[in-house]
Amino acid sequence: MKQKIFSFVSVFAIVIAVWYLAALLMNGNQLINNLERKNQSWTYQQIIAGAYDVKRPMLPAPHQVGQELIKSIIDRPVTSKRSLIYHAQITLNSTLLGFVFGSLLGILIAVGIVHNKTLESSLMPWVIASQTIPILAIAPMIVVVLGAINITGVIPKAIISMYLSFFPVTIAMVKGLRSSDKLHEELMHTYSATAKDIFWKLRWYSAQPYLFASLKVAIAAALVGAIVAELPTGAQGGLGARLLSGSYYGQTEQIWSALIVAATLGSILVWLVGIAERVLLRRRGELDHA
Amino acid sequence: MPKTLKNCIYIALIVLQLGLVVFSETGFYHAFSPSVLLLIAAAYSMAKLLGQLTNLETKYKYIKPIIPTLFAFMLILTWESIVQGYAISPILMPAPSNIFHALISNIPMLWADFKQTYLKAVLAGYIIGCLSGFLVAQWAVRNKVLQDALMPLGNFMSAIPIVGIAPIMVMWFGFDWQSKAAVIVIMTFFPMFINTLTGLQSTDALHKDLMHTYAAKKSQIFFKNQLPHALPFIFNALKLNSALALIGAIVAEFFGTPIVGMGFRISTEVGRMNMDLVWATIVVAAIAGSLSYGALALLEKSLLFWHPSYREGKNS
Repeated sequence: MKQKIFSFVSVFAIVIAVWYLAALLMNGNQLINNLERKNQSWTYQQIIAGAYDVKRPMLPAPHQVGQELIKSIIDRPVTSKRSLIYHAQITLNSTLLGFVFGSLLGILIAVGIVHNKTLESSLMPWVIASQTIPILAIAPMIVVVLGAINITGVIPKAIISMYLSFFPVTIAMVKGLRSSDKLHEELMHTYSATAKDIFWKLRWYSAQPYLFASLKVAIAAALVGAIVAELPTGAQGGLGARLLSGSYYGQTEQIWSALIVAATLGSILVWLVGIAERVLLRRRGELDHA
Repeated sequence: MPKTLKNCIYIALIVLQLGLVVFSETGFYHAFSPSVLLLIAAAYSMAKLLGQLTNLETKYKYIKPIIPTLFAFMLILTWESIVQGYAISPILMPAPSNIFHALISNIPMLWADFKQTYLKAVLAGYIIGCLSGFLVAQWAVRNKVLQDALMPLGNFMSAIPIVGIAPIMVMWFGFDWQSKAAVIVIMTFFPMFINTLTGLQSTDALHKDLMHTYAAKKSQIFFKNQLPHALPFIFNALKLNSALALIGAIVAEFFGTPIVGMGFRISTEVGRMNMDLVWATIVVAAIAGSLSYGALALLEKSLLFWHPSYREGKNS
């Protein structure tokens, strides 16, 4: 454990060091080019001093991103349009809505596939094929189509999140619902249990570990979907809109801070699902080796 | 009623619906609304026919691919009927026939987009990303410090939306395909790394000892024991990455491209309300994605013929 923490900390330190070095190189080159264009002379001390507080750096140094984060999270009121909390909460809304819909849809399809042979052989290949299609490409279209029938705001984004998150749930649930012990199934048969009983009293339980494993993947996918959905629509708010406006105006610090908030949000969401898993599956007593 | 007669009625209903869609003027549901019933009847017939085919599936192997094809056919027929029948504006939802028409009449342009996005950006990024992920993983399997350091990083990276890095890459590497390839490298590196590492670690201790008693060299142990064991994991990552790479390239193109490329085409044609062209681009992307996935699956099958998951058929 100690060694693990040590190597993790050292990697973190190395990443920061490389980041500073890269910032020096990239921004320094930018500075040198600028100065040479103006035919000014320059020294290396000047460049090193200047590289870390350029106005629009190629790669902002970690402390610059940190300042931007503090500025846009703590200094601004949450209701302000320039507060990252405000934007994160917009993205979070559509992520969660899409995640809930996607998980429900995924579970429903899985239940259908497990119980109906025809559905399995006709639908399952398309569920898999749907994943080889770059679903995100249809994001702009869904937004336009729904916008035309007066559905705007959170729903189109949630639908894209849903599309991305249903797949892992379906695949895992099909596997999970079939993973019940053969002996238990036969026992249920001897009790002359109906299909409904077998489902609720046996299969549903055997599928739970699979469900939670897939929910972790699904919620990360839902966040990606929500962010991408905000890109082409010219959405007014959300982390994706922050990324896009940052890239239009060359505000690299804004891009990096939005990216860090998105990463934090993603890990928090996955972590929360992990906690839910631990709480809900505690009585199964399988967590140590699951 | 005998079964064959019933089936004939089912097929006749579907053909009738097909004829209605092909020969009627658009807006036929507005003109005579009860004809919707025919669509419902056709869908029901298709479901019945599919049910019977499923029962035959165990007897004849060749039926297997027919079922999903018929299912897709019914979906497209329904889509076409509803769009044509209710005369839905092509800006909202183009009919499959319109999409096909747009696809055929714009082949040179779509081919140029495909070349830019797939043959340049996706292939370059995919190869670099997967190769580096593999190389680092087989280095990490022998190096505990590297492993402890990169594993949590890899898990962290899987939780975050990496596509967000696209604007930064566009800024660094310019508008052309290099920036898209860079996004793909970052997206594909960690899935490959984690899967290869797990695969290389999954070798049986007994096999390892056996190789040792044969006085096998390190390279022999790697190629004859570890690598074959890791192959299923590696192929999983390759398949996953093939979908990720296409998504990464298309999304990165939303942030700026030269005037060619699938992502560029989608975002501009949405702006110009040419929905049929957008759908045609998506069809191209879907075909490219499915073909690369299928090619990988075939390669896997030919390389992993010895693996238990592929031998099932012959034993039973």
